[in-house]
Amino acid sequence: MGEEEGLHQTPFLDTMFVRGLKRKCFDGEEDIEGTLAGIKAIPSYNLQRQSLLDMSLVKLQLCHMLVEPNLCRSVLIANTVRQIQEEMTQDGTWQMINTQSTGQASLDRLVSTDILCRSSRDQAEGKHVPAYGTFNKDFENDQAQDSSDTMSTASAVQAPRNLQSSVWEMENPQENKGNFQKSLDQIFETLENKSPNSVEDLFSEVDNSYYDLDTMLTGMMSNTKMGHCDSLETFSSSTNTASNSNCKSDLNDLDHIVEILVES
Amino acid sequence: MGKVMFKHHLNVVTWESTAAAIDARIHSCKGSRNTAHHFFFQVMETERTGIARAAAMQASPHCPANVPQPSSEEVTSGADIISTVEFNHTGELLATGDKGGRVVIFQREPESKNEPYNQGEYNVYSTFQSHEPEFDYLKSLEIEEKINKIKWLPQQNAAHSLLSTNDKTIKLWKITERDKRPEGYNLKDEEGKLKDLSTVTSLQVPVLKPMDLMVEVTPRRIFANGHTYHVNSISVNSDCETYMSADDLRINLWHLAITDRSFNIVDIKPANMEDLTEVITASEFHPHHCNLFVYSSSKGSLRLCDMRASALCDKHSKLYEEPEDPSNRSFFSEIISSVSDVKFSHSGRYMLTRDYLTVKVWDLNMETKPVETYQVHDYLRSKLCSLYENDCIFDKFECAWNGSDSVIMTGAYNNFFRMFDRNTKRDVTLEASRESSKPRAILKPRRVCVGGKRRKDDISVDSLDFTKKILHTAWHPTENIIAIAATNNLYIFQDKVNSEMH
Repeated sequence: MGEEEGLHQTPFLDTMFVRGLKRKCFDGEEDIEGTLAGIKAIPSYNLQRQSLLDMSLVKLQLCHMLVEPNLCRSVLIANTVRQIQEEMTQDGTWQMINTQSTGQASLDRLVSTDILCRSSRDQAEGKHVPAYGTFNKDFENDQAQDSSDTMSTASAVQAPRNLQSSVWEMENPQENKGNFQKSLDQIFETLENKSPNSVEDLFSEVDNSYYDLDTMLTGMMSNTKMGHCDSLETFSSSTNTASNSNCKSDLNDLDHIVEILVES
Repeated sequence: MGKVMFKHHLNVVTWESTAAAIDARIHSCKGSRNTAHHFFFQVMETERTGIARAAAMQASPHCPANVPQPSSEEVTSGADIISTVEFNHTGELLATGDKGGRVVIFQREPESKNEPYNQGEYNVYSTFQSHEPEFDYLKSLEIEEKINKIKWLPQQNAAHSLLSTNDKTIKLWKITERDKRPEGYNLKDEEGKLKDLSTVTSLQVPVLKPMDLMVEVTPRRIFANGHTYHVNSISVNSDCETYMSADDLRINLWHLAITDRSFNIVDIKPANMEDLTEVITASEFHPHHCNLFVYSSSKGSLRLCDMRASALCDKHSKLYEEPEDPSNRSFFSEIISSVSDVKFSHSGRYMLTRDYLTVKVWDLNMETKPVETYQVHDYLRSKLCSLYENDCIFDKFECAWNGSDSVIMTGAYNNFFRMFDRNTKRDVTLEASRESSKPRAILKPRRVCVGGKRRKDDISVDSLDFTKKILHTAWHPTENIIAIAATNNLYIFQDKVNSEMH
């Protein structure tokens, strides 16, 4: 895995951080001039901090596909990101970034834990927005139009609403090229390749409490190894987590969904 | 003997030191400063990787007669990685769980006067598949079969029982021995087929005849659907009737005999998940007070809760938190303060916590700060950014007390593990590896040098192997025997010269 390489890659970063942050903290108690002096004394501190922020955001995105991500790790990384963003806000660097954008930014757009895990499909749905923390309302409308055929509007939009799409764009420009039509195709493709959003909608009658933000926070999608038919067969025979009655209602829902998908 | 199934495939090292050798070691012990304390451990190593292959070999009819023994350099599958180690209450049994959902139980050979130096060796007693990989259809997610924790129940009859858990489901296993079987049935013959009744001319009373010892393991209870999040710890209550299981946000109280319901006693899930900033990382019942338990958080705090105060113990009785040291503050301060393990002392007076760089001893009566803090590997403090990048900063190390609560132990990187003597304030770094652990060898203390003067055999910080991490360690409840899990190998070390507790 290359932990040793990893250690050697950022030795400079380590020392920069230790020194820079110590000085920063010390100066932070004093007035702004002191702080600026502290920053100026280590001119690349902002750069280092920025790279830590980027690294953290990448870590939040890279969640395992098959297994639920570690919630503790996600929370710790998210807290780190928040800490950096708060410091950047105090510095004024946060505002600098935001004023370059279309002006929709606000300090409320600090990272929420909703983005702790994102499916790559959600990333594909994100549109390019140049700045941190802005949310493109046009994107929201697009999503709503296309999805109203197959999914209820409210739930489908719920995920993108909390998405800091610009962030993902910066990190994964390739994935963002997929447009919404492509992601709709993915839904039609196989039933088991569903994101937590669509699962939420499809089985919303089964157990509402189960599909709240827990799913958003911890759920990861898809790319399972099971074949299309296997999933349907095993669905009916699974007794691990669902009672018999749940299985039957799920099967009925599945039939319903297949009808919808086939018709569209 | 039937019970030792895979002994011939294990590289079990027995130690057979002579009295002269022991004397020599005592002399060397007195001379050297580092070993002034009394722990110089000898190797009783059990190689665990052989088990999976041995099972496969025995199953295959085409297995050649002379199968080469797997070497330590072979790449082992991830399923063999040991994920938990636990002695039972007498220390006679040692259970290990691995990533593949398997549990292997070792039993200590009884000491015999005939061979005083062959005693105390741990051999495989039983192996069983505790958890299988599952698929959560509703979330489209796999549920890992990795055993997160094993806890033994106090023994109440001839059988042994333990709880094992993966991320979602806890199972109660009963381990029984069978060394007799009834023979001489009237209606069935030896193979179990019904006899032709015309051949039965007289009645006989079946008698119990001895047979090869068989260890049978059966699942007695399955506690499922209790957790939305990943179970990180389980703890059996001192009342021996209840136990608790903790996941990232909730703690449930179960009765050992009831599987279809559990009581939620702690719930730190915020109404709005966007506000989530803290999770539960570990929890444990007090060893004597069945109403008290502690849980640790990712922000470095401990909460001692009293179940008598209310049904939902969200309001802690006591909050143990050390104020942050402003001079050491960095963006990683919170991450390294996250408590990865909490253990009550045997006396019940203290709690031991492990965070990324330190182990701390807390007095239950003092909530403001720990009474003792020991640096495990402070030389990593300047490397936190790299360790954050390669995710090592999220490694969860466990910690352990010795039987008399005088020494604490925890693992580190490079297959090192550390011991701290609370009385003499001495500490030692030892290594668990095949290269440095020959049979009957005494473990040599290791040193990590940060720069400056480098002695021979010192390891420099930059050459530490961060893939070799000792996360799971266990200490025998009464004797100086320790079990160290190093990835897929289990090492058992014994301090033979000073077997009595201090």
